[in-house]
Amino acid sequence: MRSGVIYEVFRQERKGQPFQHAGTVTAPNERFAEIYAREQFGRRQESVALWLVARDEINEIAEFPDEFDLKYRRVDGYSIKARLREARERAGTLVSDESA
Amino acid sequence: MDARTQEFLGYVQSGGQVETGDWMPDEYRARLVKFIEMHGNSELMGVLPERDWILRAPTLQRKLALTAKIQDEVGHAQLIYRVVEDLGKPRSSCLDDLVTGKAKFHNVFHYPTRTWGDVGVIAWLVDAAAIVSQKALLKCSYAPYARIMKKICWEESFHILHGRDVILALVTGTQEQFALVQEALDRWWEPLMHFHGNPIPAEEDPMFVWRIKSQANEDARQEFLDGYVSQIRELGLTIPDPKLRKDEDSGVWLYTEPDWEKLRAVVTGHGPASEERLAFRRLSRQDVAWVERVVLAEAA
Repeated sequence: MRSGVIYEVFRQERKGQPFQHAGTVTAPNERFAEIYAREQFGRRQESVALWLVARDEINEIAEFPDEFDLKYRRVDGYSIKARLREARERAGTLVSDESA
Repeated sequence: MDARTQEFLGYVQSGGQVETGDWMPDEYRARLVKFIEMHGNSELMGVLPERDWILRAPTLQRKLALTAKIQDEVGHAQLIYRVVEDLGKPRSSCLDDLVTGKAKFHNVFHYPTRTWGDVGVIAWLVDAAAIVSQKALLKCSYAPYARIMKKICWEESFHILHGRDVILALVTGTQEQFALVQEALDRWWEPLMHFHGNPIPAEEDPMFVWRIKSQANEDARQEFLDGYVSQIRELGLTIPDPKLRKDEDSGVWLYTEPDWEKLRAVVTGHGPASEERLAFRRLSRQDVAWVERVVLAEAA
């Protein structure tokens, strides 16, 4: 027996906070989904808002290829430790207990 | 073990999280389903010992609190079965297996509640034992389950407080009320010591290997004893195990070794209240079958 549509439920803890995934409910239609979501994710006044989205409506993007190794555009593309140490040595500002 | 499974194992063992649509080894999926299903069953069956007492609770406030607690437990069961469904086992199959005795639920829900003292002991100490396990499950490698555990843990905290409040009201009442709690504790201590399961080492526990559980059974038991023995004793109650003490040097709690065969017998449906409770579930499921048909007809 079909149990209905799967709805992903997102909840907002406080105004201004991001909506976060809380779980799912299965329901035959939106009206039931709202009732179930209120019961499951709102019965103790723990959220200020809920978003319900049918799972099929969600378009997930999970592949982010980096074929050209573009790390020069990110913080992890830079390793300054060795050069910094050398610069401090030259300037005479290297603190003795600094590890390499 | 093939290369892909080996890689997956390494991934979860180094803290990797798995989502619903991800590839997972069959063994991992099967173990997840069995474990999470048992949790769902336990929440649903756990309702029954307490439901018995709504009409007999001594005050209106206690009736309301018990009812709210039960509402939470049923809600937890629903959340949990939903997670199992996404892993491939429909809710109706879970309920079928539950009422035919094929699937298990926690030992503590196979025991009767004889007095109001039992109700307090369950809400306080059984829920406390459960929360030790549930906190560890926040780190479950299967992310949808870990996420609902957050909500479950949050709701369990009022349950424990309600339980402790019930106990405190009794132990500060008449001598008869105090004796009620002591007598309940005497009967519930063994199931509590059984609760976290036999002391299988983490590396030998497949649930830990796959990082479904992130805590060894014995560690959970020790954590429970660390937290609650002093809370019990400070009320003037006696724990019915003369061997129970914390070894000063090792920091390990020593106790009379529980009968693990008895635990196995209980969870396979031979507990004092197992049959009665499963029969009730069977009956109530038949009773509400018409609701399911009407609601699901909307989906058709």
